[in-house]
Amino acid sequence: MAAPIDIRRFTGFRALTILCLVVLYAPLVIVAIYSFNDSTSITRWGGLSFKWYFDVFSGPEAPKFRAAAINSFTIALGAATCATTIATAAAVAMHRTGRFRGKTASLALINLPLMVPEIVTAVASLIFFISIGFKTGVMTIFIAHLVFCIPFAYLPISARMQSIPDSYEQAAMDLYATPWEAFRLVLLPLMVPGILSGFLLAFIISLDDFLITNFVKGAGIETLPTAIFGSVKQGVKPNIMAISTLLLGVSVVLVTLSWFVGRAGQSKR
Amino acid sequence: MNRTDIAIDIDRVVNRYDSVTALHDVSMDIREGEFFTLLGPSGCGKTTLLRCIAGFEDVTEGAIRLRGEDIAPLPPHKRPVNTVFQQYALFPHMTVLENVCFGLRRRGWTEMDAEGRAREVLDLVRLGDFAKRRPTQLSGGQQQRVALARSLAPNPEVLLLDEPLSALDLKLRQAVRVELKQIQRETGIAFVFVTHDQEEALTMSDRIAVMSEGYVQQIGTPRDIYEAPQNRFVADFIGETNLLDVEVSAVSGGMPDLTLPGGMALRCPAADSARAGRGHLSVRPERISVAAAAEDTLPATVVDHVYLGTDIHLHAKLSDGEPILVRIQNAESSAIPATGSMLGLRIEAGAARLLVD
Ligand SMILES: Nc1ncnc2c1ncn2[C@@H]1O[C@H](COP(=O)(O)OP(=O)(O)O)[C@@H](O)[C@H]1O
Ligand SMILES: [Mg+2]
Repeated sequence: MAAPIDIRRFTGFRALTILCLVVLYAPLVIVAIYSFNDSTSITRWGGLSFKWYFDVFSGPEAPKFRAAAINSFTIALGAATCATTIATAAAVAMHRTGRFRGKTASLALINLPLMVPEIVTAVASLIFFISIGFKTGVMTIFIAHLVFCIPFAYLPISARMQSIPDSYEQAAMDLYATPWEAFRLVLLPLMVPGILSGFLLAFIISLDDFLITNFVKGAGIETLPTAIFGSVKQGVKPNIMAISTLLLGVSVVLVTLSWFVGRAGQSKR
Repeated sequence: MNRTDIAIDIDRVVNRYDSVTALHDVSMDIREGEFFTLLGPSGCGKTTLLRCIAGFEDVTEGAIRLRGEDIAPLPPHKRPVNTVFQQYALFPHMTVLENVCFGLRRRGWTEMDAEGRAREVLDLVRLGDFAKRRPTQLSGGQQQRVALARSLAPNPEVLLLDEPLSALDLKLRQAVRVELKQIQRETGIAFVFVTHDQEEALTMSDRIAVMSEGYVQQIGTPRDIYEAPQNRFVADFIGETNLLDVEVSAVSGGMPDLTLPGGMALRCPAADSARAGRGHLSVRPERISVAAAAEDTLPATVVDHVYLGTDIHLHAKLSDGEPILVRIQNAESSAIPATGSMLGLRIEAGAARLLVD
């Protein structure tokens, strides 16, 4: 038996790791630090201050950001809820109905948004909405988000389903539960960690989407990412760093939550 | 076929998965209040038959009747039978009490009545103090008893148990056997108990159905099965036996005349369908006695012995080289024959049995 390969022994492993971490996270750290900068410059440190955070909430651009934030959170909540519901139904169908015609095709369809380049989806969605005469606006953003959120909601739910043997529902039906009761009283509660995890993931994905949103949003409608992009076009001001840091905070909290919920569900069985 | 004491009538049931036939023409009656065991090696179709009764598997051909009524059209939740699953399948998000109440609530019992009944059944399985725990906080043996309580609570017409003891360790398993049998007697509910452990089957059952590769090999009391096996599979699977090649000259009145290797003649009981020709004789090792070599004994040479405490296993060889196992009770008087020595083996007339293959 050869000794297991320990990747940490490879020459340059440490240097490469540090390089990757720096490239990935240094920009985020710098943005977060400079969001507390007292100066109007984005490169020179002028002392600690919260003034850019006040600026986000009450400065000249505040109404624009507030409207965008309301749009973003409403769309994310709606899209994540619908996507999670669909993903839950899809996971039950995939894991509980044995083989059926078109099972592989259905799975591919669910996961398609992960594989198609986002720009293609964006252009195609826009063309689709225009060709059926659907007026672009909050509704088109919502529909587009719903579609690409489904696979993100599906993955954790499906992973959870994999660890729930069907003997639980059979035991329920054996004890006089109708198939619907077996689902509602036994399977669904067992799926909850996966569902929550899927919901949070879908919410984050919707919240920070830029490309597709930018294509299908109507004139005058902004979400946070498009509003930020709009601001940056006129030059990067430190208030952008503040709002980005806030968004980063929300993402970190939700992703961490999603991870913990998923893990709690795993250790309970 | 309308005997009133029959709880389940399994009538020529065939079950097929895509290409595998799991059950071939299986027929048996399970009587009211009896402890009925399905015994057979892994993969012989025991679980499949239970699932057919519970409604999780379709019967391809044939019928299953519960108290005379065909249950084919009933979905699982409408069949008045309950199952103890092999891995118990206790609901992990509910307490022990909620688990036991589950079936009662689905049958429309009020919460209070259900709880009363659940506590009664939990006391029966000696888990009264554990009602508020979660299944994951219990030991394997306790989980097994919760599963039993959960399926007994709604007072099913028949209880199905799929290898309920196989997940327990040996010591516990032996204690639970006695307990399970007691509970079955107290409740008077017919149990259909699945196991691959012949000792479990012999010690617990009123009747046993021995299965192999989807066929029923024999149905009978533990004593029938052990002492009067119908075929080679049953004789070999239940307990230890010697299977000797014999020449059958004639069968008259169910008693064949046959010749043992080495020329000794014997008349013994036979399986129902035994015919003249070559056959196999089953002789249990404990039913052979050792004597000095003589005219009316079967000559054998001692090959080896194994000392087992209560018994001594003597491995010997017949004149045609066939091995034979003899079990001698370890009494003060019993000398262990030396390896290589010649013996005469005596087989009582009632102790051997001619089988069909
Ligand atoms: N879902 C299934 N699909 C195909 N074959 C199956 C399935 N379940 C069981 N079988 C086959 O049916 C036969 C009987 O299985 P089973 O009833 O589980 O046996 P046992 O419980 O006696 O071990 C086996 O040969 C097994 O391979
Ligand atoms: Mg089995």
